[in-house]
Amino acid sequence: MSQGSLLLKMELPSNPETLCVVRDALGKLAETLGFPETECRAVVLAVDEALTNIIRHAYQGKTERPIEASFRRIQVARDGARKPALEIVLEDRGIRVHAEKLCGRDLEDIRSGGLGLHFMRKSMDAVEFRRKWGRNQLRMVKLLDKVDPPKGS
Amino acid sequence: MMQISARQLDKTTILDVSGDIDLARSPEFRKAVLRELRELRTPRVVLNLTAVRYIDSSGVASLVEALKASRDLGSRLILFGLSSGVREVLQLSKLIRVFEITDTEEQAVAP
Repeated sequence: MSQGSLLLKMELPSNPETLCVVRDALGKLAETLGFPETECRAVVLAVDEALTNIIRHAYQGKTERPIEASFRRIQVARDGARKPALEIVLEDRGIRVHAEKLCGRDLEDIRSGGLGLHFMRKSMDAVEFRRKWGRNQLRMVKLLDKVDPPKGS
Repeated sequence: MMQISARQLDKTTILDVSGDIDLARSPEFRKAVLRELRELRTPRVVLNLTAVRYIDSSGVASLVEALKASRDLGSRLILFGLSSGVREVLQLSKLIRVFEITDTEEQAVAP
């Protein structure tokens, strides 16, 4: 995991006010990689929701705890071939969060809450949670195989 | 950042919302919409989302809560001016069908 070309690394506090900064930076990164506009918004949504979950659940609303975010271009095996992808890894030092408690929701039930994990899974090709060395680690992958070459190449 | 301003039109209040509705701003958004419905008992609340470029799950949750409040109180909650990003998020939530959505303000305030 996390081999490949590092594109961007961020260290940010668990403050909701920083979310707009991450969204702007990630939107530009996804655009530069050649993702179509809709896919750029999907990646931004997934990361924003993941950070929101960290702030609300792992850190229980505390605003000065550390979050590390790294973004890499990787190769993944898919359909018998190696394909380029964007890998996003978010790490926090908060309480252990069980994915099932993030409430993948029943969409037939009109109610508030529990949508974040659903958005992440719908927006990305892979979403994996793990606990490692006292940290929560979330890895998300978005395939780049359907996109145009990066701008400037 | 997000800003909300209100306009009165007969028995309708139009809330012009601009900016992002995310974890940082959804409490303010929720409070403003619920105030119109629950405290001021406005018969029709129209949300102008033309200048909203982003909404997250907490924003959608606020909309759902407002919709429930409007149904409980017998009032109407209408959305218009959805950007591509906002529309995609509502479609992803599969909740887009439950909201009353129009393309224009004229349609939203029509008798």
